[in-house]
Amino acid sequence: MLHGKSKLIFSERKFSLLSDFIILLSTIAVIYGVITAISPWFGPVEEKAEISLSPEVLPIYAGYSLLRMAIAYLLSFLFAIVYGYIAAYYARAERVMLPILDILQSIPVLSFLPGVMLAMVALFPTKQVGVELGSILLIFTGQVWNMAFSFYSSLKSIPKELREVTEVYNFSRWLRFRYLELPYSTIGLVWNSMMSVAGGWFFLMACEMFTLGEKDFRLLGLGSYLQKAADEGDVTAILWGLGTMITVIVILDLLLWRPLIAWSDKFKLEQVESEIKPRSKILNLIRRSSIIDRVSKNLLHPLNEKITLLLSRRNSADRKKPSLIRKRIVENLYFALALAFVVYGLWLTIRLFSGLSSDEILMLIQGALATFLRVLAALLIGLAWTVPVGVWIGLRPKVARFAQPIVQVVASIPATALFPVVLLFLIHWGGGLSIGAIALMLLGTQWYILFNVIAGAMSIPNDLREASAVFKFSFINRWRLLILPAIFPYLVTGMVTAVGGAWNASIVAEYFSFKNETLSTIGLGAIINRSSSEGNMELLFASTLVMASVVVLINRTVWRRLYKLASTKFKMES
Amino acid sequence: MTEKGIAIIEAKEVEKFYKQPDGSRIQVIAPTNLKIYPNQILALLGPSGCGKSTLLRMLVGLEIPSAGEIYWHGHPIDHQKPNAAVVFQSFALFPWLTVLENVEAPLLARGINSVERHKRALKILDIVGLDGFEMAYPKELSGGMKQRVGFARALVVEPEVLFMDEPFSALDVLTAENLRKELLDLWLKRKIPTRTIFIVTHNIEEAVFLADRIVVLGKNPAYIRVDIDINLPRPRNRNSEEFIEMVDYIYKVLTKPDEELETEAYTIKEKKAKHIMLPHARPGGIAGLLEILSDRGGKDDLYHLADELMMEIDDLLPIVDAASLLGFVKVDEGDIELTLQGETFVKSDILERKKIFRESALENIPLLRQIESSLRTKSDRKLPEEFFLDILEEHFSEEEASRQLNTAIHWGRYAEIFDYDGQSQCLFLTEL
Repeated sequence: MLHGKSKLIFSERKFSLLSDFIILLSTIAVIYGVITAISPWFGPVEEKAEISLSPEVLPIYAGYSLLRMAIAYLLSFLFAIVYGYIAAYYARAERVMLPILDILQSIPVLSFLPGVMLAMVALFPTKQVGVELGSILLIFTGQVWNMAFSFYSSLKSIPKELREVTEVYNFSRWLRFRYLELPYSTIGLVWNSMMSVAGGWFFLMACEMFTLGEKDFRLLGLGSYLQKAADEGDVTAILWGLGTMITVIVILDLLLWRPLIAWSDKFKLEQVESEIKPRSKILNLIRRSSIIDRVSKNLLHPLNEKITLLLSRRNSADRKKPSLIRKRIVENLYFALALAFVVYGLWLTIRLFSGLSSDEILMLIQGALATFLRVLAALLIGLAWTVPVGVWIGLRPKVARFAQPIVQVVASIPATALFPVVLLFLIHWGGGLSIGAIALMLLGTQWYILFNVIAGAMSIPNDLREASAVFKFSFINRWRLLILPAIFPYLVTGMVTAVGGAWNASIVAEYFSFKNETLSTIGLGAIINRSSSEGNMELLFASTLVMASVVVLINRTVWRRLYKLASTKFKMES
Repeated sequence: MTEKGIAIIEAKEVEKFYKQPDGSRIQVIAPTNLKIYPNQILALLGPSGCGKSTLLRMLVGLEIPSAGEIYWHGHPIDHQKPNAAVVFQSFALFPWLTVLENVEAPLLARGINSVERHKRALKILDIVGLDGFEMAYPKELSGGMKQRVGFARALVVEPEVLFMDEPFSALDVLTAENLRKELLDLWLKRKIPTRTIFIVTHNIEEAVFLADRIVVLGKNPAYIRVDIDINLPRPRNRNSEEFIEMVDYIYKVLTKPDEELETEAYTIKEKKAKHIMLPHARPGGIAGLLEILSDRGGKDDLYHLADELMMEIDDLLPIVDAASLLGFVKVDEGDIELTLQGETFVKSDILERKKIFRESALENIPLLRQIESSLRTKSDRKLPEEFFLDILEEHFSEEEASRQLNTAIHWGRYAEIFDYDGQSQCLFLTEL
C-alpha cells in the first residue's frame, strides 16, 4: 500500500515537472517568435513582398497571420470593454452608441479597407508597420462589434441585488469591475471571442492581400498564401494552405478555446452545481503547473492586491458620492458631440448621393436586389438540409455526442479558403460565379443553422416526445405540433447569424480573383469589393450605406419580430 | 410607539412616485415619516408589492426618494456613505468567489489589507458557524449555509444598522427558524457589535418573534398604518397567550379595511378608488378556500387557518380578499365566515358554480362589468387588450395594470363571461 502511494506521488511530481517544462518552453518560443516577427515592422516598407508558394514557408506564414489575429483580438477586447461600459452606464450615450453598433455590425470588412489603409499609411509613410497595422485594424473591424455588444448586454443584465451589494459596500469602480462586471460577462465574452476569431479566419485572405487604386498591398501570411495560390490556380498549394489553416484552427481549439470554456464554467450564475461540466486536459495541466502558480502568487496576486487597495482607499477617502450634476454635464457634452457627428455624417451622405449618376444608383438597386435573392436562396437551401439532418442528430443523443465535435471542426474551416476548390468544380461543371456566390454563402453560414437545430432538438423534453408517441402523432403532426415549435427559438438564432454572415460573405463571393483573372457578377458585394480596390470612395460609401440599411431594416422588421415570438410563445418554460 | 434616544435614521416626508408620459404620477409610497432608533429590532410588515423593499432601499441610500429627505445622524444621506449592511432575500453572493472572498469583499472595498481582512473574515465566519467552509463556493452550499455567508458578509463591516430584506423567505421552514433564533441569540448576547436591525418581512410571526417595534404598511400607495412597540419578554414563546394575541392583532390590522383604522400616521381618504383593485387570486384557489371553510363548519380564525394550511399571509390574503369581494365570505376582526351565497357555491356542481361566480362577479366587480359592457357595445364583440390596459393604466402602474388584466382574464374565463385570444391579443365575449 505504502509503496503504491509513494509511487503515485512521485509520478505526479514528475508530471508536474514535465508540464512546467512544456509551459516554460512554449512561453520562450512565443516571445521569441513575436519579437522576430515584429522587428521588420519598424523597417522600411516592403514593396510587393514576394509570397512563396512552397509548403516550407507555411509554418512561418501561419505564425505571422496568428500574430496579426492575436493583436487584432486584443484590440477588439479592449475596445469592446470600453465601448460596452460607456454604453451601459451613460444613458444618453447609450441612445447613440447602440444604433451605431447596430450599423457598424452590418458593415462588411472591406468597406473599412480604404479608410483604414490610407490612414495607417499616412501615419507611418516609410515604415512597414503602417501596412501591418492597417491589416490588423481590418481584422479588428470584423471581430469587435459582437464582442462589444455581448459585454454591453451582460452589463445590462446583471441581477439587481448583486449590483446593490457593490453599492452598499461602496466598491470602487475597479473592484466592481473585477468582482462583478467582468466575471459576469466572461461566458458571453468567451463565446463571442470564438465567433469573432472564426470571422477573422473567414476574411483573412481579404485582409492580407488587397489592392487600393494603384497600390498593391501584400503581407506575408496564410491568407495571402491562399489568395496567391488561388490567383495562380495552383491546386497543390491551395490544399497545403487549407491543410495548414485547418491544423492551426484545430490546435487553437484544443489549446485555447476548450481550456477557456472549461475555465469560464465557474462564472455561471447558478445556484446549484450542474452535473455535466466542460473539461479540458490542457486546463488541468496549466492549473497543476507550479511555475504558473508561483508567478501568480508572487507577482500577479500582490500586484492586483496593491492596485485594488490603492483604488479602494482613494474611493473611500472620497466621502462624497459622485455629483449627479457633473455627470450630467459630461453626458450632455458627449451627447452634443455625438449629435454633431451624426448631423455631419448625414450632410456628407446627402452630398454623396447627389453626386452619384443615375446609372450608378440603378446599379446599386439592382445589386442590392441580386444579393438579397442570393442570401435568400442560401438561407432556403441551408434550411432545407440542416433542419431534417439537425433534428435527426439532435433526437439521438449518442449520434449527437459523436457528431457535434465533427460538425464544429467542419464549420470552423473558413469558406473563403475552400472557395477556390469549389470554383474549380463549378467552372468545370459550367456554373458561373452567380451560382458560385450562393455556394460560398452557403458554405460559410449553413453551420450556424445546423448547430442551433441540433441544440434545439436536443432540448426537446422527453415527456413531450413520449406524449407524441403515446398519441400516435402522424409524421406531419409530429413535425407541426412538436418539433418545429420546439426548435423555433433555436432556429431563429441560427438564421439570424447565418443571414448576417451571408450578407458579409457576398463581398468575397461575388468578386473573386482566380487564375489571374477577376471573376465578378452583379451584386452589392461585388460593387463594394470593386469600388474598394479601385479606390472609388463615393461608390464604396454609397454601396456600404445601402447594404447597412438593408441589413438593419431586415433586422428591425423581420428578425426582431421573430425573436419576440420565439421568446414569448415558443419559449419552453419549466 | 415611544421614542428611544436620538434617532440614527430619520425619513422626512419621503415619497416615491413615477412620472407618466402624460404628466400624471403613479404614487408608490405616500409621504412618510419614520425614525429608527438605536438598540432596536424594527420589523416592517405589509402585503406583497406594497413598497416595503423600496422603503428599505431608500433608507440605505440604494434608491433616491422622489421627494423628501433621508437623514443619518441629522445629515442628509446623499452627503455621506452610511455604515450600513444589507442581507438580501436572494443571498446575492458572488458565485465565482469563495466563501472567504465573498466575506472579505466589503473589507477590500474599504482598503483594508489582506492580513487584517483575513483575520476579521475568519472571526465572523466562526461566529455564524461557517468555519471549515472558507474555501467552498456558494453553489456547493445549501440555502441556509448561503444565507449564513450573507450574514457574515453583512456583519463583517460591523454595520451601525443591519438591514435585512426578507432574509428567511427563500429558506425552508426549519432552516429559517434555526437561523432566526441564532441571529437573535447573537444580538441578545451582544456577540455582534450591531445594535440596530431593520428587517422587512411579510411573515407576521417572524416579526412578532424578533422585533421590538413593528411598522405595518398599507398599500396603493404605501403608508404607515400602525407603528407599535412589542414589549413581550424575551425569549418569546410562540405558544404563549400574549404572543398569539399580538399575532392575532396584527392579522386584524392587515385584514381590516383602511377607514376603520385609527392611526397617527398618514392615511389617504381623499378619494375612494372608483376602481376596486382585483386581488391576484385564481378562481380555483377561491373555491378551495370556501370548501375548507365549509369543512370547518363555515367559520374560522384567519391566523389559525393560515397556520394550519402552512400558508404565508401573503399567499392567503389575496384569496380571502377575493372571496369577500365576491360576497362569498365575511371577514370580521380576523375571523372569516361563509356567507349564504358562499355555502350555496360550495354545495353546487361545477356548472352551477360557474353561474354563481358569474352573477356575483358581474354584480360586485366593476372591472369585469366594464369589460363585459365594453365588449357588448362592439358588433363583433371583440376588443384588443390594449384598450383595457390603457384604461387600467390611469389607475395603476404599467406592471400592475397588466397583472390586473391578467387576473380579470382568469376570472372572466372561469365565469365564462369573456375569453382571451393570445394570438390576436383580443378579449371577446363567449356567449353565442
